[in-house]
Amino acid sequence: MNNPEPAAREFRVLGTRPVRPDGFDKVLGRALFPDDFYLPNMIHGRFLRSPHAHARIKAIDTSAAETLPGVRAVVTGADFPHIDNVMVSKGTAGMVNIGDIAANCIARDKVLYDGHAVAGVAADNPHIAEEAVNLIRVEYELLPPVMDVRGAMAADAPVIHEDSLPGAFIALTKKYLPNASRLQLGSGDLEKGFAEADVILEREFTSSTIHQGYIESHVTTVNWDASDHITVWTATQGPFNLRYHLAEVLLLPVANISVVPMEIGGAFGGKERMYLEPVAAMLSKKSGRPVKVALRRDEVLRATGPSSGTYVKVKMGARKDGTLVAADLHLAYEAGAYPGGPIFLGAIASTSRYNIPNIQINGFDVIVNKPTMRPYRAPGAAQSVFAVEQIIDELAHELNMDLIDFRMKNLTKSGDLLVAGFPCLPIDTVAMMEAVKAHPHYSAPLTGKNQGRGLAYTMWFGLGEASSAQISVNPDGSVQVLTGSPDLSGTRMTFAMQAAEALGIDVEHVTASVGGTEAIGFALPTVGSRTTYATGAVICEVAQEVLKQMSARVALLWETAPELVTVNNGVFRNKEDPDLSMSYSEMCEKLFETGGPITVHMTRSPQSFIPGIAVHLVDVEVDPETGKVDILRYTAFQDVGKAVHPDYVAGQMQGATVQGIGMALNEGYFYDAEGHLKNTSLLDYRMPTTLDVPMIETVILESPNPSHPFGVRGCGEHSIIPPAAAIANAIHDAVGVRMNSMPMAPHKVCAAIKAKQTASNRRLRGQT
Amino acid sequence: MSRRKHVTATINGESIEFLCEPRQSLLEVLRDLLHLTGTKEGCNDGNCGACSVIMNGILVDSCCVLGVEAEGSEIETVEGLAKGDKLHPLQKAFLEHTGLQCGICTPGFLMAAKALLDKYPRPDEMQIRHWLAGNLCRCTGYDKLIRCVTIAADSMTEAQHEQS
Amino acid sequence: MHDFDYCAPTSLQEAMDAMAARQGSASLLAGGTDLIVMMRARRKRPDLLIDVKKIPELSQLHIDEAGLTIGASVNCRTVFENEQIAERYPGLTDSARLIGGIQIQGRASIGGNLCNAAPSADTIPTLIAYGAVANVASRNAARQVPVAEFCLAPGKTVLEQNDILVNIFVPAPPARSGSRFLRFIPRNEMDIAVANAAAFVELDEAGQTFRSARIAIGAVAPTPLFVAEAGAALAGKPVNDESILAAARIARNAARPIDDMRGTVEHRLQLIETLSKRALVDAVRRARGEAI
Repeated sequence: MNNPEPAAREFRVLGTRPVRPDGFDKVLGRALFPDDFYLPNMIHGRFLRSPHAHARIKAIDTSAAETLPGVRAVVTGADFPHIDNVMVSKGTAGMVNIGDIAANCIARDKVLYDGHAVAGVAADNPHIAEEAVNLIRVEYELLPPVMDVRGAMAADAPVIHEDSLPGAFIALTKKYLPNASRLQLGSGDLEKGFAEADVILEREFTSSTIHQGYIESHVTTVNWDASDHITVWTATQGPFNLRYHLAEVLLLPVANISVVPMEIGGAFGGKERMYLEPVAAMLSKKSGRPVKVALRRDEVLRATGPSSGTYVKVKMGARKDGTLVAADLHLAYEAGAYPGGPIFLGAIASTSRYNIPNIQINGFDVIVNKPTMRPYRAPGAAQSVFAVEQIIDELAHELNMDLIDFRMKNLTKSGDLLVAGFPCLPIDTVAMMEAVKAHPHYSAPLTGKNQGRGLAYTMWFGLGEASSAQISVNPDGSVQVLTGSPDLSGTRMTFAMQAAEALGIDVEHVTASVGGTEAIGFALPTVGSRTTYATGAVICEVAQEVLKQMSARVALLWETAPELVTVNNGVFRNKEDPDLSMSYSEMCEKLFETGGPITVHMTRSPQSFIPGIAVHLVDVEVDPETGKVDILRYTAFQDVGKAVHPDYVAGQMQGATVQGIGMALNEGYFYDAEGHLKNTSLLDYRMPTTLDVPMIETVILESPNPSHPFGVRGCGEHSIIPPAAAIANAIHDAVGVRMNSMPMAPHKVCAAIKAKQTASNRRLRGQT
Repeated sequence: MSRRKHVTATINGESIEFLCEPRQSLLEVLRDLLHLTGTKEGCNDGNCGACSVIMNGILVDSCCVLGVEAEGSEIETVEGLAKGDKLHPLQKAFLEHTGLQCGICTPGFLMAAKALLDKYPRPDEMQIRHWLAGNLCRCTGYDKLIRCVTIAADSMTEAQHEQS
Repeated sequence: MHDFDYCAPTSLQEAMDAMAARQGSASLLAGGTDLIVMMRARRKRPDLLIDVKKIPELSQLHIDEAGLTIGASVNCRTVFENEQIAERYPGLTDSARLIGGIQIQGRASIGGNLCNAAPSADTIPTLIAYGAVANVASRNAARQVPVAEFCLAPGKTVLEQNDILVNIFVPAPPARSGSRFLRFIPRNEMDIAVANAAAFVELDEAGQTFRSARIAIGAVAPTPLFVAEAGAALAGKPVNDESILAAARIARNAARPIDDMRGTVEHRLQLIETLSKRALVDAVRRARGEAI
């Protein structure tokens, strides 16, 4: 196999920048996203959604909708099998309640958030479908809504589910309050720890509900045929999950369902869960036609899977030499209407990058009348790191220590035990700190008034888990790589590159594609920074087997023992006869006469919790009269193990950074007192434009990941985590105020500056 | 049925006729009637630029234009950028310099960038950012995308000089 | 969207006849960037859209010594790309280039911005500061309405059932005058104003004293507000920080903002003072012949 020790490795293909073949169709406008897909005889579905945040459904009258000319089918919750609480395992990735998923896709007796689906209509065109939706009459009995975590956990809070099962994204939570489950992590002795501290800080933070903000909405086309087989054409991060969930919700055999993954116009974790398919399927069954359902933008914001608003309280203590001795964290994260938000991941992200001997984390998964909270690129991490990195910053200032030096005193290193309960896999955290300190941005002077610099550090854990890969070698030397991992941003190219590297051939000979659920074995969704790493690792293993089989064919031709054939960089040699060699393409030409084309398929589960680290440096300028924060300069450092395609890695870092800037400064859901989402358009859900961010400089570090033959670490998520904390620290550096609430919108910055002025005026008056 | 209008327009240089209801936007007409699905829907209310096309030389959001308003107009969409199998320099730059990731915003940005370079052949970074601020991208963080526009502008002005 | 009819008359008379025939259930379509979006959201349901872009009187753009006439359907991009307007009516250029992004500016009309009567409209304070006048036609007569009196409530104007806004007339500014429109938004483009302000100043020969001033503010009341007292307070005052701040404070005191998803009362008051102050400073600089 073509892989000596990763660290010493010179790569032929990895580290180059080939052009992705699938990119051509994308720049030509020919690539097929789900909304570009049309079937003959297709009709169009639209949803009726609850206008109330919390209500009982008393009656639904669809009669007027059904008789509108052009309407072909109408469905409500009553059309679906009743699924109670059925907990289904996702493997290490936790549990999922199918009853909750089913009820979220279409309400049965209660609606739990503004936008909760109540009925579906299919008609000849979307306009007729929408007109029909507006003819459906629903009688509701209003119930009091619960719209924030502290309200939901209060003693007199309305109970949203009479019986709900806890279910966090990965680790088990236990039911704690009517609307909240709790998970507890920790070690050591808090009291003893705080007793050793020379400085203790206790701070509270809040953050708003935020959305992944992918530019493509949710669109699905479903055909339920006469033999009860269902085909789904959609953009999904997880075709296999979608298939299983749809089967469970419709009570059909899994094998009856086929998911065809199409190009995806952005996902970031938000397209890993099913929203439309049950209703689309039932409309197709009732009408006998394929049904395309597309969500409007306001429906995407109201009724898909945003990320948790939070309340975070942190108490941390350090000795005067900068050693952290104790940390007590209370993290209350919105779960949305059904349990299972990102509290576990938010908890481990909060502090894992530091060795804190005495630590307790109480994490709460809190049910509120909002849509279910789903993963958003390092789920839950930005929210807890926003809190902790500001306290770290404050501690460092309090102790008069350099920001990097303070962190270096407390760095988690390879082998250190994490609060999650297992050791940190190998990663070079010291090299990261040194690289930041040595970079010109770290010490460049700031030249203007009200300018400041901030830093934030994060450690995040990429998933491994199950992926499948298949490699086929053809007699003309061309190679097909097939996986079940949807391509969000160019991973077909990075798969082709890894296969080419592993096989010892040029990447031009390799085509990578994404197969549907019929074509390839199971894969966990394209999430958790796992795709280039874990699916790539499986590809490498498959490539090894391919070379082994090719070597056996060569041995056959040379009439020698297979163990005597070696292969390196596309050349087969005989150990006993140095003059004997065969090139890869010569071998391919002989494939048919030695047994036919070679195809190898494997399903493997590479190691999970691969650490990845990032440090971000940002310079800001604050306008104290308006509260506006402008970003002047940004440098993102990230350790990616081995950058397969360096431009794609940089692109991941830059894209994630700008999402982080968005949630830091302006993104957040705004609900009124009755629980209606007010900012349901991209006008008022304010994502960064080209004018809101500067160029993002990227510094890529590579400390190899031993769990991957080429040292690759996942890199997609990490850079979304530090921006909010780094910007908050920069704002403090600029104008001396601590922002404890995300987004740090202008009115909040203005208010903080004013409060500081008032407080200092009071102090001055007190002195005279 | 009776409300449908007959519209004639020039699309990517070709004279096209279609029948559409007044309530169908130009975006719907392009995609659903004319099968030019390169122009994308992102928000359908003028806030993301994914549906950008050039209409009579002016960059517009096609979701905010009715199909019937296209009568007598000249419309350029992403399908008209490449000439045969020769990519437009913007398309080439986006491909070679990673100006796209998922690609859903790409047609909108290509048309917006083309409109920019049609009017201002050598924009600097801030001019590019200003002009493209009506196009949202969630994947790239804009850095490489903006560099691609500069790279395309440079190659286009170079090609012009070579021709003259 | 609901189903509706569409027509594109080529004369003002044709348009007025079409409106009258529908007895109030027709809407006029210029740029469409507000109307189409509202119709899609079911907030307006006309059964006829009358496209006014082919009516000559509504698409003219004319400058002479008397002033600037902007046809009601002329779009923002045409306005801000016009060099004469940029030179003589720079505040209007400020406004026109701030509405939405370039795509919106290529369609959205100044006339439509006025008739839409949003409290946060980006052209109305500037038109008020310039003392602009709206020319309205109906079947019976034509009338002129100062822009300062045009908006009555959010989305409601003085236009009656069969009225059409034909154009907006902006009187030629005197020598030694300058204007500026500023708005505050949370991002750097694409947002609705949290607050905005327009200032028009006329200085004396020496450029050291205010002859007159007009200040209008937006997004802080049900309509854009002409704050006569703020401008009046500057007449005869020296051009300095003190008098400018005093006028800005008067503007702030006239504001009646609310808390909503775009801003808080407190922040909006702060912004009105800051924006009025900054708009006055820039208007003075323009009055003195400086380019901004």
